Amino acid sequence: MSRIAKRFSRLRAEGRKALIPFITAGDPIPEITVDLMHDLVSTGADLIELGVPFSDPMADGPVIQRASERALEYHVSLRDVLEMVAQFRQLDSDTPVILMGYLNPIEVMGYEQFAGQAAEAGVDGILVVDIPPEEGGELQRLLQAEAIDQIFLVAPTSTKERIQRICDLAGGFVYYVSIKGVTGASHLDLHSLDEKLGEIRAATDLPVGVGFGIKDAETAAAVSRLADAVVVGSALVSRVEALAEAPEKIGASLREVISAMRLAMDRAE
Amino acid sequence: METTEKIIGSLPDSQGHFGPYGGLFVSETLMAPLQELRQAYQHYMQDRAFLEELDQDLAHYVGRPSPIYHAKRWSEQLGGAQIYLKREDLNHTGAHKVNNTVGQALLARHMGKSRIIAETGAGQHGVASATVAARLGLECVVYMGAVDIARQEANVYRMRLLGAEVRAVESGSKTLKDALNEAMRDWVTNVDNTFYIIGTVAGPHPYPAMVRDFQSVIGRESRSQMAQQAGRQPDALVACVGGGSNAIGLFYPYLDDPEIAIYGVEAAGDGLESGNHAAPLCAGRPGVLHGNRTYLMEDADGQIIETHSISAGLDYPGVGPEHAWLKDSGRANYVAVTDDQALAAFHDLTRIEGIIPALESSHALAYAAKLAATMSAEQIILVNLSGRGDKDMHTVAAREGIQL
Repeated sequence: MSRIAKRFSRLRAEGRKALIPFITAGDPIPEITVDLMHDLVSTGADLIELGVPFSDPMADGPVIQRASERALEYHVSLRDVLEMVAQFRQLDSDTPVILMGYLNPIEVMGYEQFAGQAAEAGVDGILVVDIPPEEGGELQRLLQAEAIDQIFLVAPTSTKERIQRICDLAGGFVYYVSIKGVTGASHLDLHSLDEKLGEIRAATDLPVGVGFGIKDAETAAAVSRLADAVVVGSALVSRVEALAEAPEKIGASLREVISAMRLAMDRAE
Repeated sequence: METTEKIIGSLPDSQGHFGPYGGLFVSETLMAPLQELRQAYQHYMQDRAFLEELDQDLAHYVGRPSPIYHAKRWSEQLGGAQIYLKREDLNHTGAHKVNNTVGQALLARHMGKSRIIAETGAGQHGVASATVAARLGLECVVYMGAVDIARQEANVYRMRLLGAEVRAVESGSKTLKDALNEAMRDWVTNVDNTFYIIGTVAGPHPYPAMVRDFQSVIGRESRSQMAQQAGRQPDALVACVGGGSNAIGLFYPYLDDPEIAIYGVEAAGDGLESGNHAAPLCAGRPGVLHGNRTYLMEDADGQIIETHSISAGLDYPGVGPEHAWLKDSGRANYVAVTDDQALAAFHDLTRIEGIIPALESSHALAYAAKLAATMSAEQIILVNLSGRGDKDMHTVAAREGIQL
């Protein structure tokens, strides 16, 4: 069983929902990323989503765009991100790590080499924003050979047929993008969320995570009543940004948000 | 006898692929609106009433057909092949861009979309989009990099006069590629009422094919005009390539005439060896950006790098996927011309023929001049004069130390 599947089955047994924080690797400086990952786990993160910086993050809002820009000032590459994961694995062999990013850095490295090196570093899942199932066949085959889950997005605009197709290919969990928009955009509508989650659950037994637009502990708790996992990105990254000039304070700030979300989510059960 | 497969009509495949290039590399939220667009486009391109309306607009609003002009004096001075110019600079708004915006705006109206968005670099596509939006009474938002806004003030003002909102893009390199990112973000947020008019033959399927089909009027007209005026088709075609829409518009109807040589001219900026250029086909390599796989300007980590060209309209790190395919297949040749060479051609055409070309088109002219000298006086080169140079007065003057 993969680390992601193991984690979700344990959470289910405990009657809890997964909290998945997102940070961009190398933001605001490369040296602290691994420490921040441990900070997130120590205060209640169940899985970690690590953003791979890209020069043209088309699906991201301004907060995560700027995170990429800060990391790229240090030329943080896909190789560097894999090294960070390997370093994280030296102290944590249980928490699943998912890389989220865009296709071009993977194209340049080569799919086969990437799949091999990601597995070696201890990566559990890959979410490539700009590769829909139609284009993803070859990458998926190579990732599967390395037992890495490819995580796909489902959107409010996805039709029933597309949801089925995506769920048939998805590994790890299904990631529902809760709003029409970019990361960090306006808040979500719980009613339509519930409806769409019903459609997804009818198509798969995989856990369903929800992300894009979850800004605070209250929303996280509300979403966790409906979904199996809550992904929080821009709310964390905006804290990183606020403390970019004082990186030693970022860990404490993130621990504070994650603890509050964890508490609210556990109470919501 | 050797049988050769026809190119026209065979590409892209149903998923938008030109061989390994093109495709649909977007986030899931855009898959449904792209499918809606694909279906509408396929439907209306078979719809007689739609096509008649489009023809009427091209004739009476754009001013088509654009003439073909035999540049005799310049040809004589070059001492080689005869140079003919396809005068897209004489279109309404001064460039070929409007051929495409008229078509896409008509499609938007038939699809019931009330809002138009566009990206622009030099401002030509932004102006062409704002123009058709004004005419159809559609809301129009144009995304433009903050750097480009500063260097193209006159076009920004034109768009605002036409009623468009011009939004400055402050992310990344603050140029055309970032404007495209921002337009995509707008589209993903407002998919229900918004139509995104992409200005070139790049982006996710069906844009590369759709923009090509709207621009192919250039090559179709050229075929009948050349037959009438010169009594035959040209020996070579030359057009500048940024994203590549004017080039594909001229080339496409000629792809199945293998005896006609095809040259796409990229911007070599300060020279290919300097690294300061915008020539992905000549000096880049394949990757994925803006929804399609194509040749890109990128670093060793796969990050997109900044480009340089004196011509803002060629200042783009990618290129349409069909050009990538034409390059690999060998059907078209891609070459590059520096800022200085383009400027020399700009001055030559202005002084010798009394036509002030856009700096983009000046790249094609510069290569045509070089090519002409290697050919005989009986041979013909057809150059796509994709736009007029009025917009470039400030750039050219500044280069010569003159403040206007």
